[in-house]
Amino acid sequence: MYEQIASNKRKSFFLILFFLCLIFGLAWLFGQLTDWGPYGLILAVVIAVAMTFGSYYSSDKIVLAISRAKPVEKKDYPYLYNVVEGLAIAAGLPKPRCYIIDDTAPNAFASGRNPKNSVIVVTKGLLEKLNRAELEGVIAHEMAHIKNYDILVQTLAVVMVGVVALLSDWILRSFLWGGGRRRSGSKSGGNVGAIIVVVGLILAVFSPLIAQLIRLAVSRKREFLADANGAFLTRYPPGLASALKKLAADKEPLEAANKATAHLYIVNPLKDIKGTVNKLFSTHPPIEERVAALEKM
Amino acid sequence: MGIALIVVIAIVAFMIIFVIGVYNGLITLRNRCDNAWAQVDVQLRRRYDLIPNLVETVKGYAKHEREVFQKVTEARAKAIDAGTVKEQGEAENMLSGALKSLFAVVENYPDLKANQNFLMLQEELAGTEGKIAYARQFYNDNVMKFNLKQQVFPSNIIANMFNFNEKEYFEIEEPEARRPVEVKF
Repeated sequence: MYEQIASNKRKSFFLILFFLCLIFGLAWLFGQLTDWGPYGLILAVVIAVAMTFGSYYSSDKIVLAISRAKPVEKKDYPYLYNVVEGLAIAAGLPKPRCYIIDDTAPNAFASGRNPKNSVIVVTKGLLEKLNRAELEGVIAHEMAHIKNYDILVQTLAVVMVGVVALLSDWILRSFLWGGGRRRSGSKSGGNVGAIIVVVGLILAVFSPLIAQLIRLAVSRKREFLADANGAFLTRYPPGLASALKKLAADKEPLEAANKATAHLYIVNPLKDIKGTVNKLFSTHPPIEERVAALEKM
Repeated sequence: MGIALIVVIAIVAFMIIFVIGVYNGLITLRNRCDNAWAQVDVQLRRRYDLIPNLVETVKGYAKHEREVFQKVTEARAKAIDAGTVKEQGEAENMLSGALKSLFAVVENYPDLKANQNFLMLQEELAGTEGKIAYARQFYNDNVMKFNLKQQVFPSNIIANMFNFNEKEYFEIEEPEARRPVEVKF
C-alpha cells in the first residue's frame, strides 16, 4: 500500500515534468513562428509554470467541469452521503465531497490531489440502478483510489495529457473537414492558420505516444488493486462484483465522458460499439476478469 | 580496554534507541485505537439521538405496541450507560434486536411505511448503522495491530516494561448478509 502511494507520487512528479517541457516547447514554437524573439521565451516560461501549478491545484475542478458534475448537499442525497461517510470511516480518511452527474448511465469516479481534497462523483443512474451493497462496493472502490493516491495521477493525466490529445483531435478535425469553408475575411488568417496547421500536425504525430502515456499512467493493474482494496473495506466482495456486472450489462454510454476522462471511471463510460477506435484507449481490464477476481476472494 | 568500552557503550546506546522506537510505536498505535473508538462513539451517539424520534413517529400510527416501545427505550438507556467495550457490544446487540422488533411491527402499518418522515428516519438509521459497522471494523483493525505488537517478540518485553494493556475488540453480531469474508491479495 505505502509503496503504491510512493510510486503514485513519483509518477505524478514525472507527469508534471513532462507536461512542463511540453508546454514550454509549444510556447517556444509559437514564439519562433510569430517573430516574438526573446519575449516568446519568457512567455513560454510563464505559461509553462502557470499551467503546471494550475493543473496541480485545479485539475480536479477542470475534470468536474468537463464531466458536468454538480456538488450536492446531504439533505438532498442522504443515501449517497451515508454510504460515502461510512466508507470514509472504514478507510480512516477525511470525508470526500460528493458530486452528481445528471445522466442515467450508471458510472462513478473519484478525483482530487490528495485525500483531504478529494471528490467522489456518481451518476444519477448509479444511484437508481444499484442496491445499497452494490453502491457500497462501488464507493469503496473509489475510496481505495483516493487512499492510494491514484486520483492524483489519474486526474493530472486527464488534464495534462487530455488537453494535448483533445487539442490535436480538434485541430485535425477542423483541418480535415473545415477546409472548404475557411474564413477568407480575416487579415492575419493565413499566418495563424499556418501555425495551427503546423502545431496540429506535430500534436497529431504525438497523439499515439500520448495515448500510450495515458495507458502507462493508468495501468490496468490499478483497477484490480482498487477492486481488491475496496472489497477489503466493505469485507463483502459480492457487492462490488454484482455492481460491476450491472454496470457492464448497461449499454448506455455516458455523454459527459470523453477519451481524456474515460480512464477515471469505474467502468469504461464510452461503451465502445464494436470498438476499434476506443480499443486503442482501452484503459479498463475486461469486467469478466474483475468479477472473477472478486468472486475468488 | 578502550575497544571493549566503546562496544559496551554502542550496545547500550543501540538498546536505548530501540526501546524508544518501540515505545513510541506502541503509543502511536494506542492513540490510533483511541481515535478509532471516538469514531465508533460518535456514530453510536448518532443512533441514540435518532431512536426517540423514530419511536415518536411510529407511536403516531401504532399506539398499542407499548411493549415494543418500552423494549427499545430500555435497550437504548442501557447502551448509553454501558462502560467497557465488552458491555457496549452486548448492549448494542440488545438494542439492535429491539429495533428489529420495532421494524417488524411497522410492517403491519402500510400508512406508516409511506410516511415521508419515517422513511427519512429509516434511511438515517440504516446509514448510521452502516457507519457503526465501518467504524467498528476500523477500530478492531487498529486494536489488532496494537495487541499484536504487544504479543510479538521483542516488543512484548518493552510493552510489559511500561505496562501496556491489550485493548478489547468491539464485538457485535453481524447481520446474516454481511459475514466477514477472507480477502486474499
